[in-house]
Amino acid sequence: MKGEYILRVENLHKNFGDREVLHGISFDVKKGATLVFIGPSGTGKSTLLRCINQLTEPDRGKVFLDDEEITGCGARISGFRQRIGMVFQNFNLFDHLTSVENVEIALLKVRKMKKENARAKAMEELRRVGMADWADHYPAELSGGQAQRVSIARCLAMDPEVILFDEPTSALDPELTREVLEVMKDLARSGMTMLVVSHEIGFARSVATEVIFMEGGRIVEQGPPLEIMNNPKHPRTREFLGRIEHD
Amino acid sequence: MEVLSILLEWGPYLLGGIAVTLGLVLSALVIGFILGLPLALGQVYGSRPVRALVSVYVWFFRGLPTLILLFLFYFGVFPALGLDFPAFVVGATVLGLRGAAYQSQIFRGGIQSVAEGQMTAALSLGMTRWEAIQSIIIPQALRISLPGWSNEYPELLTDSAVCYAIGVVELMTRSSQIVSQTYLTMPIYIACALIFIALNYGGMQMIRKAEERFAIPGFGGTAVQS
Amino acid sequence: MDPITFFIQILAPALWQGLLITVALVALTAPFGLLLGTGISLGRQYGGRALQAACSGYIFFFKGCPLILLLFMLYFGLPSLGITLPAFTAAVIGFILCNAAYNAEYIRGAISSIKDGQMTAAQALGMTRFQAIESIILPQAMRRAIPGLSNEFIYLIKYSSLAYMITVIELTGAAKIAATKYFMYNESFLAVGIVYLALVTLTTYAVSLLEQRIAIPGMGTKNLI
Repeated sequence: MKGEYILRVENLHKNFGDREVLHGISFDVKKGATLVFIGPSGTGKSTLLRCINQLTEPDRGKVFLDDEEITGCGARISGFRQRIGMVFQNFNLFDHLTSVENVEIALLKVRKMKKENARAKAMEELRRVGMADWADHYPAELSGGQAQRVSIARCLAMDPEVILFDEPTSALDPELTREVLEVMKDLARSGMTMLVVSHEIGFARSVATEVIFMEGGRIVEQGPPLEIMNNPKHPRTREFLGRIEHD
Repeated sequence: MEVLSILLEWGPYLLGGIAVTLGLVLSALVIGFILGLPLALGQVYGSRPVRALVSVYVWFFRGLPTLILLFLFYFGVFPALGLDFPAFVVGATVLGLRGAAYQSQIFRGGIQSVAEGQMTAALSLGMTRWEAIQSIIIPQALRISLPGWSNEYPELLTDSAVCYAIGVVELMTRSSQIVSQTYLTMPIYIACALIFIALNYGGMQMIRKAEERFAIPGFGGTAVQS
Repeated sequence: MDPITFFIQILAPALWQGLLITVALVALTAPFGLLLGTGISLGRQYGGRALQAACSGYIFFFKGCPLILLLFMLYFGLPSLGITLPAFTAAVIGFILCNAAYNAEYIRGAISSIKDGQMTAAQALGMTRFQAIESIILPQAMRRAIPGLSNEFIYLIKYSSLAYMITVIELTGAAKIAATKYFMYNESFLAVGIVYLALVTLTTYAVSLLEQRIAIPGMGTKNLI
């Protein structure tokens, strides 16, 4: 690793029409950190993640992956995306492929691995998330929690340097949420750098190395989880956490 | 330019073909509707033999090429029945019978899409089956069917040109006649094509407007595929 | 001449010859019509502004122009521009152009029915747009387009009859010629009608078998015709 930070976000701005969704967001991420973004819905958290891997192009600002700038790099973005994983609220598994085929397809097409090697790696990742027995099942045959775990395996197969989680459990029932959060906890403990947008305050409390509270497209407050949860400095943070605790 | 003067001279004759073409299309739409809706009702609510008959009818008139149907009726069926009608009538009849086959399937889909509960509710209110069908099912089914039904128009429009084969003097035939008189092939054919395309486009716009007018809030009617 | 002799000695051989031509017409048109149609729908969906406009224009023209007129343009019209095509070739070209336009619409409908998330996930994994279209979008879209595409294939079998209008002696031509020569109209056209019905019915059956074969749980082939 070149510098101290695996990911640096500098002054990101994004407008949708005349709605300003991101107002100058900046933060740095050290290797192995788990950042959890909390805040009211619709305040730009998902947009932020999508601006990091350039699925949405920011209007202003820069993003650096391991000290290489990935904003405005044109076609080379595909190469950078291979090093950044993304897990979606709606899983986005490829419907026409089985679980193992979903996990190996990027290895085959993008990394141009040999079939046997790709298959072996794919099975390894499925085992890691506990889905090896479901290798030959199609997405339609899986529960939400199972599908999400497969999609995590799909990310892991590419050996990413950072994984972005965009409300990974928001579409799941409480029981299914737990199995996915367990996988995410294991990942965090094993040293993966993770950026998580989530409403799961318990997860943030137990696993996050830093919690960032966002509202109105701005970072209102950030810090270690215990500090933010127990001693929020900003009134808005206090108000938000107060509301959440009572749910 | 010579091309221009020929176009100007024969233009009116060609454009006159529009009336015949549209006449074919509209007759076919009307015959298709008058025949198609009962066929659909027969398929959904009828007894086994009725359903079988309708299925055979649909299979026959959808499975055969329009050209064959035109030849069959013009050279075979009509003369065999002792009917001596002009080609236009044969053409409109064939297109209408064929249209009924297609439309019956569209209406059938529409009728079957009307929720079960609608019929149940109607019956529980004391309506007879037939009353329910008339006042609850059919109005909804027709609205649901509108997008699919409106696809009939472009179909019939392009099919009407095949009536050239039995000598109906519509747009296609007229272009052919002008070509043989003037030897000016491509410009005439292209003019004819443009007229068909314009009729297609114009018709679809009108249908879209009709769809908007008859839309029921909350009833997803997908936009007409153009 | 009595009907039986007519059938055996005149009509059956004529229809057989005609059938071979019809099959040739359809067999040559189908693959190219599918390829061209796929290309046009991809251009319409993913191309730059100019390409999108061109593809839309193509679909608009070839759906709105009656096939019989198109055939006339290709066979009777082109010679005045110095291009003389044999009738069979003109017919195949006309069929391909028309078939492709309808296929493009069905495929486009299928593509747009695929959730955005599929492309997003593919790109997030580092696939280029091209790779994503090739291995994620198209395989799913083609499956969904099967009802529409097979519908169009059946239409192709039927409108191959129009080749007769530009002197190609396929099934319809064979029947008409025999009918006119021997004054056996009903017999000839009913007989050829049965052949067409058989072709159409067999094709429909084959398609439903195909659909069952390649069915994937959760991916209905039920879609938009």
